[in-house]
Amino acid sequence: MSGLPSNAYTPDSKLTSALIASGVTFALAFAIMGMKLQGGLSPTLEAASTQTYVLIFTATALVFLFQMTREKISAFFSFIPWPRLPRYSTAHLSQSKRDQREKVVTLLFVIAALIWPFIVSRGTVDLATLVLIYVMLGLGLNIVVGLAGLLDLGYVAFYAVGAYSYALLNQYFGLSFWVCLPIAGLLAASFGFILGFPVLRLRGDYLAIVTLGFGEIIRILLNNWTQLTGGPNGIGGIPKPALFNLEFGRRAKEAGNQPFHEFFGIDYDTGYKVIFLYILAILLVLATLFVIRRLTRMPIGRAWEALREDEIACRSLGLNRTIIKLSAFTLGASFAGFAGAFFSARQGFISPESFSFIESAIILAIVVLGGMGSQLGIILAAVAMTVLPELAREFAEYRMLMFGLMMVLMMIWRPQGLLPMKRPQMELENV
Amino acid sequence: MLQVENLKMQFGGLLAVDGVAFDVGDKQIVSVIGPNGAGKTTVFNCISGFYAPTGGSIKFQGEPIHGQADYRISRLGMVRTFQHVRLFNSMTVVENLLVAQHRHVNTNFFAGLFKTPDYRRREKEAMERAVYWLKKVNLLEHANREAGNLAYGQQRRLEIARCMVTEPKLLMLDEPAAGLNPKETKELDELILSLKEDYNISVLLIEHDMSLVMGISNSIVVINQGRPLALGTPDEIRNNAAVIKAYLGEA
Ligand SMILES: Nc1ncnc2c1ncn2[C@@H]1O[C@H](COP(=O)(O)OP(=O)(O)O)[C@@H](O)[C@H]1O
Ligand SMILES: [Mg+2]
Repeated sequence: MSGLPSNAYTPDSKLTSALIASGVTFALAFAIMGMKLQGGLSPTLEAASTQTYVLIFTATALVFLFQMTREKISAFFSFIPWPRLPRYSTAHLSQSKRDQREKVVTLLFVIAALIWPFIVSRGTVDLATLVLIYVMLGLGLNIVVGLAGLLDLGYVAFYAVGAYSYALLNQYFGLSFWVCLPIAGLLAASFGFILGFPVLRLRGDYLAIVTLGFGEIIRILLNNWTQLTGGPNGIGGIPKPALFNLEFGRRAKEAGNQPFHEFFGIDYDTGYKVIFLYILAILLVLATLFVIRRLTRMPIGRAWEALREDEIACRSLGLNRTIIKLSAFTLGASFAGFAGAFFSARQGFISPESFSFIESAIILAIVVLGGMGSQLGIILAAVAMTVLPELAREFAEYRMLMFGLMMVLMMIWRPQGLLPMKRPQMELENV
Repeated sequence: MLQVENLKMQFGGLLAVDGVAFDVGDKQIVSVIGPNGAGKTTVFNCISGFYAPTGGSIKFQGEPIHGQADYRISRLGMVRTFQHVRLFNSMTVVENLLVAQHRHVNTNFFAGLFKTPDYRRREKEAMERAVYWLKKVNLLEHANREAGNLAYGQQRRLEIARCMVTEPKLLMLDEPAAGLNPKETKELDELILSLKEDYNISVLLIEHDMSLVMGISNSIVVINQGRPLALGTPDEIRNNAAVIKAYLGEA
């Protein structure tokens, strides 16, 4: 209808946009770096050093130049042969063949994952356990973002609810990990339900902002409710899970329990505890994978997909969109709750610091990087997002910067994610 | 079955529907005709709950439904198609029909997770119903294709099948013959008649194809610029002076 086609990029509008961009750069840089507040009680504004001003002007000029020559730059970049990922596609196979292949691959993975910890070092296994927590979080958020198409920026809140559920229930009522695990999931799910009910009427970006706010509220609440949560000091001494009545510490903490090494008559080694936690994480991830795999084939999974495709058609067919979206939100939250309970058991200590916005961003990045909706993609992305920062510790300060750069590159190079999802389709046999 | 009285729909300063009234009886085909922009689709949107009418009353089987949520109205047994086809394009044809049966299948989370016998049975029934309707609209061989890849006429038929698997009492079709060739239009004509005869449903139809409308309707509502112009049997409408004037005047 009306409006200019977006590619009508006249020199005139180019100049305008370059001016605006450099203007914004200048204003922001000047406000943030160009002035200094001095003095405590009655602060005064002071000018920054000349060097800073030179830097600000250089940056402004660079932004201006970049905006003016943007087309040439992107034309230049399109000549660079970007590495291509193999396009592994199973689209030509029938659904039952695809399912079969998936089962074999999963089985091989599981076997490898179970043998591997006995070969490598304790530290590596410990890191792998952390990766598995992120896999679980990624898979859970994927229900909300990838399958139901709802942008949730406060997912970490449900993770926090799960973690604090176990920590507090254990501290105040002495409940064990195995009792608290389902409770943590249920509590996180209830928080998801309560938040989702009013919020899911909102569309896309509004939903993102409200969930972002919710995530911060939970963190601030945990930080300030000192009597209950210990505030910024957190909660320590959270016990590790036991295997039936066998504990993995040097001595049993609870009456009636026995240390693992005494029971088997072997020497005490912290390695057992690490491996046990790792195997527990594997089991939790497998359970998550199973549930999500079923979900995508169940009526509710179909409804999520349909709602993403055409909401109006769904309503005309009698589907209640609020309930359907709410179910995704609630289910996703419950997985964060399980992951949270496991996290506090593994760490033994939690504080609100572990549940800041950056965690939500990392989990979302895992989902986007992996390819929305794709399970294997998310596992790979979780490995990448947790192992790479460990390997590049020197660059810890630049983590956010690298993050942003990676996201930008992904959007240019492979916007559908590493392994975009092929949704399992229901097929009619014998036609 | 459906009674519409003095329906009014105002968008800001524009009175898109003003005083439209008609009844749809059991096993009847009622057509709504009128020039483009007359307000026909708006009437549909009011009845199906997409808009809350600003005046008048709508009753379905004696119950007032005016102002109820769209999905509730659909659950009472009134389903519609759209002037511009709205399928779930990246889902397969058969999946489109399964989504429509959401309320007939077992949506219990744990039942689905562990595939309880009841869950399996209902999934099977839903699949059978889907197959039945795919046969009926001649799309069975395309069951596993993505709906978005079907030809236009096939998409139209799939949209009707998707309504029928919900087992409605009243089917509302918004310009179902638009864009169809004469052969497809004739098949559509037969399909609509068969739906009425074999499944005891009523049909509310918006259509521009006069031969189709005149051939199958029990009664016809003519709307012009939002206002009701005439109401009667095809013969009465054909000979109505006001209708002739409006149509010829426009042409
Ligand atoms: N949501 C809306 N907001 C404002 N005006 C609308 C809206 N829907 C329909 N209209 C107006 O109502 C009038 C009738 O439209 P419509 O019902 O689509 O006509 P028809 O289906 O008979 O061609 C048109 O003038 C249209 O612009
Ligand atoms: Mg219309």
